[in-house]
Amino acid sequence: MKIQSGRSRAYRIVSLIILIILAFLFTFPLYWIITGAFKSSAVNNSPQPTWWPTEWVTDNFKALFKQRTAPLWEIFMPFGSFTNPEKNRVVLFAGPDAPAAFRWLINAVFMAVAAMVITCVTAAMAGYALAKKRFNGRALLFSLIVCAMALPKQVILIPLLKEMSGLRLYGSLWAVIFPTVGWPFGVFLMKQFSEGIPGEILEAARIDGSSEWNTFTTVVMPMIKPGIGALAIFTFINCWNDYFMQLVMLDANNVYTISMGIATLQAETSTDIGLLMAGAAMASVPIITIFLIFQKYFTQGIAMGAVKG
Amino acid sequence: MAKQSKQPMSRALQRRENIAGYLFMLPCLIFFIGFVVIPMIICILTSLTDTNMHDPGLIGGSFIGLDNFVRLWGDKDFLAALKNTFVIVIVSVPTVCAFSLWVSSAIYKMKGPVLSAFRCIFYLPVVTGSVAVTVVWAWMYNNYYGIFNYVLKGLGLIEGRINWLGDERFALGCIILILFTTSVGQPIVLYVSALGNVDTTLIEAAQVDGATEMQVFWKVKWAQMMPTTLYILVITTINSFQCFALIQLLTKGGAGTDTVMYRIYWTAFKLTEQAGHFGYANAMGVVLAIFIGLLSAVQFKLAKEK
Repeated sequence: MKIQSGRSRAYRIVSLIILIILAFLFTFPLYWIITGAFKSSAVNNSPQPTWWPTEWVTDNFKALFKQRTAPLWEIFMPFGSFTNPEKNRVVLFAGPDAPAAFRWLINAVFMAVAAMVITCVTAAMAGYALAKKRFNGRALLFSLIVCAMALPKQVILIPLLKEMSGLRLYGSLWAVIFPTVGWPFGVFLMKQFSEGIPGEILEAARIDGSSEWNTFTTVVMPMIKPGIGALAIFTFINCWNDYFMQLVMLDANNVYTISMGIATLQAETSTDIGLLMAGAAMASVPIITIFLIFQKYFTQGIAMGAVKG
Repeated sequence: MAKQSKQPMSRALQRRENIAGYLFMLPCLIFFIGFVVIPMIICILTSLTDTNMHDPGLIGGSFIGLDNFVRLWGDKDFLAALKNTFVIVIVSVPTVCAFSLWVSSAIYKMKGPVLSAFRCIFYLPVVTGSVAVTVVWAWMYNNYYGIFNYVLKGLGLIEGRINWLGDERFALGCIILILFTTSVGQPIVLYVSALGNVDTTLIEAAQVDGATEMQVFWKVKWAQMMPTTLYILVITTINSFQCFALIQLLTKGGAGTDTVMYRIYWTAFKLTEQAGHFGYANAMGVVLAIFIGLLSAVQFKLAKEK
């Protein structure tokens, strides 16, 4: 017994050391982005790495902001392209000109938030129906949804693109948002959460004369709140990271997201590492901050969804 | 109560459930059918035609039967891409699962703040964002001013500089390494909570019966975590198949890193002799979807048998 506990203590210490080394390795890329953003290009381009910046410079951010400009925001007329023969979008309001990087950030936030809100609403409703409503065709719909979950988006890329240009959505952020909402993972997750609602409560609400919609908003919603929270963060991060859809659907500087913007910068100026790191820092710091604020709900949420699944 | 619910519902009640059910499903179905199901059907239909970029309409081109698939079978580049895709999946899925299982079992008993610190750290590469991660790794792998060459040379492990992303021997491995760091975050979160939920009475019973720690782990905890493992296998497989940003931004499919994902994109949009050959690209998509379907089915089956 004693020998074993000595061995298990040794094992624990060794594994702790390995964990700490791994933790350093996993944080290193982020550290390298942030310090790289504040190092001069001579320092970044030397074969001898500078582990801690000797002097902090902001040249990279200045260069990034000077790169190009775009209106800070633009609000388009819905379906405006149908109103003129050139199929141009019609701008209703445009913000003041600003460095394009800020516009990209605004675009990315708008895109991810819109996808998040629409997904949460549609998935919560559908998940509740699949879990608690005994309608005809329910099993078939659910298996269709589970099958579609494994399907990579690249498979349907071309039809989606043609559809979007048919709807005149190609090149707008909605072309990224709608397919994200259509992705059925959220429905699956919300179904798992809704399964936990006791049928008696719903029955009681019905007997009390509550309408279906009322039951959903006042009884069901509060009970699946943790699930909605997890789904919200999950969709936000997924949509933000979905470089592929952004690459295919967005066509011009003004509608780029921050990820697309940096990817374009990389293609154009792959030698200016500082500039790229400044862009990467702008893209990653906001989302990491959001994650750290909500990480408790997030980790709880994804774990709960899976355990029930 | 329970007896009643097993009886068939009255017709009026069934109609009510149908109406309510479909009304609740409606917003979701609009998006799901519009942007997943219909494109999938079009994808299958166009894979049977010779459509290209310039054909108008959703399908276009003329029907050529299974010609695209026959051509794929003899297309060396496609087969190489298929092989690479499978190498990525076969290497990354087991390593991600084993690694995250080990990390989780090492951290799940730690105190709250330490545990969540570790969890966050392993999740960082996911939230940093695929493009930002790729950009910084490109720099680290760089031939001249990357830290990989500097550190490995300093340690005496390599002699000359290695062009990591340009060398066929290393490029795919380098991509798998990045993919690995961005894939372990979610499995770790899942395993930590699964380990925390293992029924402690079973563990105690096993310990009373004289089971060693290893036995307790594999016979009790591992068995109870099977649903989590299955879920992790499926999401990691899907993730590995979808790795696109890494390849598009790092190698553009060169140096033996072409994958089916990248090839679909390349066949459809890049200026080559086959540019805009949508029918052919869609055929690749269909083949890939079939493979993924089969793989998921096998995984489910294996997990169920256990």
